[in-house]
Amino acid sequence: MRIDDLTVRYGAFTAVDGVTLEIPPGRIVGLVGESGSGKSSVARAVSGLVPHTGSVTGASRIQMIFQDPYASLDPRMRVGDSVGEALLHLPRRARAAEVTRLLGMVSLPPETAPSYPRELSGGQRQRVAIARALAADPDLLVADEITSALDVSVQGSILNLIRSLRDRTGLPILFISHNLAVVRYVCDEIAVMHRGRVVEHGHTVDLVSSPADPYTRTLLEAVPRLRR
Amino acid sequence: MLRTPAAIAGAALAALMVVLAVIGPPIWGDAAELVNAGAILQGSSAAHPLGTDNLGRDLLARVLVAGRYSLQLALAAALIGASAGIVLGALPSVLPARAGRLVTGAVNALVAFPGLLLAMFTAVVAGLGARGAVLGIGAAIAPGFARLTQTLAASVSGADYVAAARMLRVPRHRILARHVLPNIAEPLILNLTQALGGALLGLAGMSFLGLGVQPPDYDWGRLLFDGFGRIYIHPEVALGPAAAIALAGIGFNLLGDALARRAARTPVRTPRSRQERPAAAADAGETEPGAVLDVAGLTVTFPSGVTPVRGVSLSVRPGEIVGLVGESGSGKSLTAAAVGGLVPYPGTVSHERLRLCGEDVANLSRKQLGTSLAMVFQDPMASLNPALKIGGQLAEVAVVHQGATREDARRRAVDRLGHVHLPEPEKQAARHPHQLSGGMRQRAVIAMGLMGDPKLIIADEPTTALDVTVQRQILRLLREVVEESGAGALFISHDIAVVGELCDRVVVMYAGRVVEELPVDRLADGAAHPYTRALISSLPDMDTDRALPLASIPGRQPAPAEVGAGCAFAPRCPLATGRCATDRPALEAHGHDHRVACWEAS
Repeated sequence: MRIDDLTVRYGAFTAVDGVTLEIPPGRIVGLVGESGSGKSSVARAVSGLVPHTGSVTGASRIQMIFQDPYASLDPRMRVGDSVGEALLHLPRRARAAEVTRLLGMVSLPPETAPSYPRELSGGQRQRVAIARALAADPDLLVADEITSALDVSVQGSILNLIRSLRDRTGLPILFISHNLAVVRYVCDEIAVMHRGRVVEHGHTVDLVSSPADPYTRTLLEAVPRLRR
Repeated sequence: MLRTPAAIAGAALAALMVVLAVIGPPIWGDAAELVNAGAILQGSSAAHPLGTDNLGRDLLARVLVAGRYSLQLALAAALIGASAGIVLGALPSVLPARAGRLVTGAVNALVAFPGLLLAMFTAVVAGLGARGAVLGIGAAIAPGFARLTQTLAASVSGADYVAAARMLRVPRHRILARHVLPNIAEPLILNLTQALGGALLGLAGMSFLGLGVQPPDYDWGRLLFDGFGRIYIHPEVALGPAAAIALAGIGFNLLGDALARRAARTPVRTPRSRQERPAAAADAGETEPGAVLDVAGLTVTFPSGVTPVRGVSLSVRPGEIVGLVGESGSGKSLTAAAVGGLVPYPGTVSHERLRLCGEDVANLSRKQLGTSLAMVFQDPMASLNPALKIGGQLAEVAVVHQGATREDARRRAVDRLGHVHLPEPEKQAARHPHQLSGGMRQRAVIAMGLMGDPKLIIADEPTTALDVTVQRQILRLLREVVEESGAGALFISHDIAVVGELCDRVVVMYAGRVVEELPVDRLADGAAHPYTRALISSLPDMDTDRALPLASIPGRQPAPAEVGAGCAFAPRCPLATGRCATDRPALEAHGHDHRVACWEAS
C-alpha cells in the first residue's frame, strides 16, 4: 500500500502538500502532528472522503475508524445491524454468524448485537466501530485519533486490540494521533507531519531515540512525563 | 411535557377538535340537514344559538358537524404537502449530483414563491372544489417541508456514521432509508402538527374565497363564506364558524410548538446555583492554616437524588499547584465549579467548610470573589466575548471590580497581556478573540484572571484542546504565574502525565470521592490506591515497554446514581475483598502528606 504525492486543497488552503508514504503489509504506520498539520486530511483522502490529487495504490478496500465513537454509530440502529451493513450480500443467517464472529474479534460478547449504541460505553462503542470496519474485509485500516475521545483506563485496551489485530490478521494500519506516547507504543513506524508535509519518517525506535528533524525534537520534548 | 399553559391549551384544543370530528356527525348530523322553511335566515335565538341559513338549517349543528370534514381536508392537505416536500427534499441525496442540484434549485425557487399564490394557482388549475383546494394547500406546504428535509438531511449526511456507511459502499438509497430518514423523522413529524394547523386555516381561506368546498358539501370555511354576507345583520352566523377555525388553528399550532420545544430539549439556564448552607459543621476535620483554599465535605446533588460529588475535602496552599485527576464522570470538574460557585442549575452545593484565604466563601462579596478567584476553562472562547476586543474585555475586570479608570484599566490590561508573554501586547489588545490562536486565547484568559489579585486560580482542563507544544508553554506559564503571585492553583485534568509534570500535589477522584492524595514525586512509584496505580500503568509514556500489552482497567466507572455502599472501585479492583463491597474505606493518612481510601493499600 503506497500513497504517492497526495495533495488535499480546501479552496485556496493546501491542507496536505505532496505527501508520499508507504505502509507495508502487517505494519502499523503512525502519523503524528499537531492540529492543522494535515494528518486527518490524509486519513480522509486515503479513505476517499475528501477530493484529492495524487494516487493511493495497493489497497482498494480501505476502511476508517473515527475519533468519536458517539458520533460514528447511527444512534437509531442496532449494533449488529451497523456491523452487518457491510455484509448485505450474505443471507440473513450467515450474516448473523459473521456479525458474531466479528464482535468476537473485538472481544465483545454476541449479546451486544441487539443493543443500541446508547447502551454501550465509549470503549465498547469504539470496539463496535472497529468490528464494522473489519466486516468490509479491508486491506487497509485507517484509525483517526481513535482513543482521544476515550478515558485513559479504556484507551489501553483499545490500543492492545489494535496491536493484536495486526498480529492476528496482518492488516496494515495507518494510525493517526496527536499523542506521541500512544503512537510510539502502537506503531512500527512513525511519520511526522508538519504544515501539510511529512518532515520525518522512520522506524519507531530510531525516530524516538534519534530524531533528525528539529520539529520532531520539539514534539518529543513537549510530551508530558511523570517525574520518576 | 405539558408544563406551560400554552402547551396545555394546545393539547386540550387539539383533543377537543378530534373528539368533535368523531362524535359530531352522528350526533348532530340530522339536525344539520333538517330544512325548516319557517325559520330561514334567522339570527341567534334559544332554538338556534348561531341562527339558521337560507334553508332554515341550524347553524350551530352545521358548525359542529363540519368539524370532521374540515379536519379531514386539512389532514389530507398536510399529508400531501409533507410527503411531496420530504420526497423533494430527500431526492438530492439520492440523485446524481447534477440532477440533485436541479431539484435543490427548484425547491429554492418554490420557497421564494408566495404560498398563497401557489395554493390558488394549483387550486384553479386542479378545478374548483375540495380536491383542488386540498391540492393547492398541499402545494403551498410542500416547499417548506422540502427545505426543512434538505437542511436536516444535510446535517445528518455530514455525520461520521454516514461517512462510515459510504465507506462500506452501502447504496445511497439505503443510506437515505436507514441512516438519514430515521434520524430526521422526529422534527419532520413535529412540523407536520404545525402544518396541520396551517392547512386548516388555509383551507378555510380557500373555501371563504369560493375556491374550496362547493355546496351541498360544507366545511367551516364554506359556512363562513355563506354567513359573511349577513355579518352586519346577524354577526353570529359568521362568527360561529370563524371561532371554530381560529380555535382549531391555534390548538394545532400551539401543540406543534410545544412538541417541537420539548424535542429541542432546551436546557433551562439560571446563572447561579442556590447554595444550601448546612448548620454548624459536625466534624469538619482540622482546618488547614494559611491555605488559600480549604474545602471539607463538599457535596453536589441534583434533584433526582444523583450525587456526582460526595464529601470532597481538599486544600491548596499558597504557591502550590494541586492537581485534581479523574476520568470523565469522576466529579472533578463539578468540584471545581462548586468552589467557584458555578454549579449549573438545578444542582445544589453543600459543604462543611469552604474557605478562600481563611474567609468563609459565604461571607465574601461577589466583588471579592471576582478579584481573588481566577478561573480558566478548557475552551478559551467560552470565557471571551467574540464581539469585543481583548483589551477592552480585560480592562472591564479592573473597571468593574477595582473601580479603576478606563485609562488605568487599559494600561493594566496591556501590561497583563505582556506578562503572559503575548508578543506585542499593545497590538493584541486591539484584536478580537477570533484573530488569536488557541494558545494565545488561553494566555489572554489567564491574563484576565491576573487583572485582579488572584489568591486562587482554578484551571479546568486548560490545555486539553491545545497542541502538545502549546500545552507545554501554557503549563510553564501557569507555574510562573503561581510562583510570582504566590497564589495557589487547582489544576483539573484527566491526564495524569500532565498533572505529574506540573503539580506539587495530586488529588485523585473516583466516582465523586477523593480516593488518594499524594505528593507528586510519589506518583510514579509510591501511589497506594489500586485505582491510581492502574491509571498510571494504563497511560503509555515515552518509556513504556512496547513488548508488553498495555494495562487497562476492566469494567467502567459507576455512574453517580449507581454508587453503592462499599468502595466504588471494588468491582474493578484486583485486590478487592468481601469487605470492600460493603464497607467504604475512609480517606486516611498513609505516610507524610499522603492520604488514601483503601482497605488493602500497602
